[in-house]
Amino acid sequence: MTVDKKMEEVKNGKRIGESRSPMQDAMREFRRSKIAVGGMIFVILVALAAVFAPIFSPYGFAQQNLRNNRAKPMEGYDVVESYAAENCHWYETPMEWGCTTFIAGSDALGRDLWSRIVYGTRISLSIAVAASSVSLIIGLIYGTVSGYSGGNVDNFMMRLVDLLYGIPLLPIIILMTVYFNAVSRQGSESPLMMWLIKLDSMAGGLLFVFIAIGALNWLGMARLARGQVLSYKEKEFVEAARALGAGNGHIIFKHLIPNVLGPLLIAESMAIPGYIFLEAALSFIGLGVTPPTPSWGAMINEGYSGLRSNPHLVLFPGLALSSLTLAFNFMGDGLRDAFDTRLRGRN
Amino acid sequence: MPLPQKVLFFIATKNSVHVIGGLVTKYIIRRLLMAIPVIFLMVLATFVLVQAMPGGPFDAVGQKSMPEHIRILLERRYGLDKPLYEQFFLYLGNLLQGDFGPLFRQPSQTVNDIIAQTFPVSIQLGLMSVAVGFTIGIPLGIIAALNHNTWIDYITTFLAVISVSIPTLVLGPVLIYTFGVKLDWLPIAFWGADPPFTLGFLPPLTKNFFLHAVMPVFSMGTGMAAGITRLTRAGLLDVLSADYIRTARAKGLRERTVIVAHALKNSLIPVATILGPLLAGAVTGSFITEQIFALNGMGRRFVNSIGQREYFLQTSLVLVYGLLLISGNLLVDVLYAWLDPRIRYD
Repeated sequence: MTVDKKMEEVKNGKRIGESRSPMQDAMREFRRSKIAVGGMIFVILVALAAVFAPIFSPYGFAQQNLRNNRAKPMEGYDVVESYAAENCHWYETPMEWGCTTFIAGSDALGRDLWSRIVYGTRISLSIAVAASSVSLIIGLIYGTVSGYSGGNVDNFMMRLVDLLYGIPLLPIIILMTVYFNAVSRQGSESPLMMWLIKLDSMAGGLLFVFIAIGALNWLGMARLARGQVLSYKEKEFVEAARALGAGNGHIIFKHLIPNVLGPLLIAESMAIPGYIFLEAALSFIGLGVTPPTPSWGAMINEGYSGLRSNPHLVLFPGLALSSLTLAFNFMGDGLRDAFDTRLRGRN
Repeated sequence: MPLPQKVLFFIATKNSVHVIGGLVTKYIIRRLLMAIPVIFLMVLATFVLVQAMPGGPFDAVGQKSMPEHIRILLERRYGLDKPLYEQFFLYLGNLLQGDFGPLFRQPSQTVNDIIAQTFPVSIQLGLMSVAVGFTIGIPLGIIAALNHNTWIDYITTFLAVISVSIPTLVLGPVLIYTFGVKLDWLPIAFWGADPPFTLGFLPPLTKNFFLHAVMPVFSMGTGMAAGITRLTRAGLLDVLSADYIRTARAKGLRERTVIVAHALKNSLIPVATILGPLLAGAVTGSFITEQIFALNGMGRRFVNSIGQREYFLQTSLVLVYGLLLISGNLLVDVLYAWLDPRIRYD
């Protein structure tokens, strides 16, 4: 909006008495970007699909009928019209001849691909939520402690981060996952291991993927948090709080963390596509979820060997993966543009 | 007689170049020294982790379980009966002599052979992908920024977001299906050249090599190119609104000079920062790309070995990845300081 126009509005009395908080400003900016709102709506839809997966999918994710294997999309096997009309429902349909029309085809074991894709949203979204919380919490705590302490502590902690940057964490984490899987298959005596195994089965075999992705990504968050804390802790409002006798705990929790959290959350929202990719990659090479739980990466792996004759087994999970990350990317870009006041008015 | 201005200037620049050159060498040496304990700890952790896995390399031959006495003899042959710390220091000693250790499953080969076969393939794949990323990404980013808020800009940024959202895992199979299966233009698997290479990693410039390389390289490089496009665009837009650009324009310089001489180098600073994550990404990407295209690279070898108990292979591959990452990061830091003289080597 040009200055002239604004002046005109002021003259016409339109802008008088209007005051907006930074939050309202950001929300307004975010809503202006249709593509970001579209991305957000898509993410919400996917989240709904994940929560109400049984309603959106005609079959269970492990329900199989070998006679129906590798059906092409929209193809029914021996559809008997009269039978279909009476006995087939949208969901909880018996996987019998006559009822089975597969929207997205079926895989090598005769499982409905669409249902598996719908259930796969649960894995991808839980990764998005869990991995970003893990890396956010670790990064926030580490960065705040480092930045607030300053001096030698800060120096040491940041050197540690630098060192970890030089280590190829992914192969090591893959080995750790393999170790953990091998131990949990064998059973273990140590109570810590048993507790971990129990936790893992509660997380659907994904515990180590959560830990892995969190461990890979907290470094950047810690650096960001430290930088923010360093810049805020010299600001006047912190000085004022200290002059009023506020302790370290009060300053950290009431003044620093609320300010640091915003940029970190935006950074997390930009990082979510990476987490989803990483989970898919780990599932693709055979780590991650335990079958038959569907994960898009594992589904691509299963369908990949039959790419020539049944491309849909790779195409549909891939499409799901890409469209979800696309939505997250649009949303993340929108959030960044909305909250980055430096960019405002330029784009 | 005082020296002419030009000569003084020459001495000054020459001196500063020399000083900076010395600083860089010192900086690099210090960084490398700092890396030694990191590498040591990394190898130690990996070695312990790999050995801690339940089961051993000689648990079974095919379907049969191995007779006890043969297993004991084999373990003695490879020194696996010794205490762990002794094994570790033996391994370290061998490493210092350039010996990465034996392979249990393929006794005719050593880990050295495997690394010699797979390392060049991974390096070629990674470097070519990064090169594709930069050669496509930087020009596109510049074009988008110079045409800010026009349809060219919108289309470029939109395509960039879409490409960022398609991982290798999806792009690879799609490329294979389109260009390999349907159109039958490109070979769908394998690397077009085998070791030994000239200088250890330079590929032969044959048609066969490039035909095989196109799809793996682009399935990894497209995402990188998209990321670099976005960064270059943002960086250039940032710089173009800076005061010194306005000054340059006010001096009456041609737009071309303003962009090329004043804006470009500074706008590439954020792009240099992504080189580090990009190299790490080339490592992670290689795990998937090599698997998809059945390339005989380090990532595929590593992934295929995770079900086995190849202690020396796994530890050595982690070591090689670590060395790659450390030298990559060092390169980025030096490059960064060259682009931005405000950053000091100290």
